[in-house]
Amino acid sequence: MIALIDYGAGNTASVANALKSINADYKITNSEKDICDSEKIIFPGVGEAGFTIKKLHLLNLVNLLRIMKKPLLGICVGMQVMCERSKEGNSAGLGILPGSTDMFDPSAVKVPHMGWNRVKLLKENVLFNGIKDEIYFYYANSFYVPLNDYAIASSSHGLEFSAAVKKDNYYGVQFHPEKSGEAGLKVLNNFIELA
Amino acid sequence: MVSKRIIPCLDVKDGRVVKGTNFVNLRDAGSAVELSERYYREGADELVFLDITASLEKRKTLLQLVKEVAEVIRIPFTVGGGISQLNDIESLLKAGADKVSLNTSIVKNPDLIKQSSKQFGSQAIVAAIDVKFVNGGYEVFIKGGTEPTGIEAFEWCRKTVDLGAGEILLTSMDRDGTKEGYDLRFLNELVKLVSVPVIASGGAGTKEHFFEAFQDADVEACLAASLFHYQILNIMELKKYLKQNGVNVRL
Repeated sequence: MIALIDYGAGNTASVANALKSINADYKITNSEKDICDSEKIIFPGVGEAGFTIKKLHLLNLVNLLRIMKKPLLGICVGMQVMCERSKEGNSAGLGILPGSTDMFDPSAVKVPHMGWNRVKLLKENVLFNGIKDEIYFYYANSFYVPLNDYAIASSSHGLEFSAAVKKDNYYGVQFHPEKSGEAGLKVLNNFIELA
Repeated sequence: MVSKRIIPCLDVKDGRVVKGTNFVNLRDAGSAVELSERYYREGADELVFLDITASLEKRKTLLQLVKEVAEVIRIPFTVGGGISQLNDIESLLKAGADKVSLNTSIVKNPDLIKQSSKQFGSQAIVAAIDVKFVNGGYEVFIKGGTEPTGIEAFEWCRKTVDLGAGEILLTSMDRDGTKEGYDLRFLNELVKLVSVPVIASGGAGTKEHFFEAFQDADVEACLAASLFHYQILNIMELKKYLKQNGVNVRL
């Protein structure tokens, strides 16, 4: 069973719909017990990173997410909060990834970064099995995770940023696989089929 | 680079597409869900639903529609039409909508932009703005274009962004329904003025009109309704045309 974390932010239903369409066994939850009982975790996030972290604290999930060894997929803000810090609301993150998120420069590019952008594959990873290089995924973000040692894919919006990351059992995608057509479903399916 | 977006708009009433009675290829011509799925398959980048249901049942039917649409399409969609409460925004987003568009309600209560973008993120809040050229200047109209506000249009656009809107859906009332092309003069200035993506609406009649809006005004997205409903333009063919002419679109 996949624990689909719902901390009250909004896009859980869309991720659930996508999981349903690929026949995944999931449970929408925010309980520590369900997460402990699950095989994998999907953590979708939208809105503000500071708000997300606050909710995780209230739900008593911060330490659990930090120490558990199961595969976890963070989506959008769910990936951003894996960083040490977020410039958004100047909040502390989970500290799984090094560094801080940053904001796109509104004097140079349109912010939010909204729409379909190409994803360049940097390192081979099962998450992108069967997915061609440089195809489009859907984004809606004002903040980004700068490129770091764990980036496995990148996109460009004024600068190159992390489109996807992988560190140990942690996976993150900045784009919305649940809103990225067939390619997005493929990424979700690849995560689900991880051994 | 983010690709330019093509967005079909569906006017819905009680869960049915209002202008959609003449379709050839759909069994249930008026079903918003069925039309959404067709657009998704044809390569639409996003969809916009404008609910014009007037009854008290509005909220229920709209929520039901959002749930059904979210089950069948895997691209983002925006819902608008008479949304004025934070609670309504929350239920629509939770039902599967990615964004809400706010029009009359934010003119009456600009603080709603601030509150909603703070709570749900700017990326979920679209300022829908209807403008008309009046007495040498552009004026904002509300209530489906029936009521003038006396508000200068560029000033209002800028203010919605300052308050937290993540996108502007700009409809030119002068061009709407004319098929004479988007209001490039206004759009050009607006794109330079604001830092958020601008969606052009009102006036599309040919594929060249889309090209002009992307090329000359540099808008991020173009919206159209009847052109797609009546299959005057096929989305995939339109996108291929744009691509051939150097516009960065997703094929």
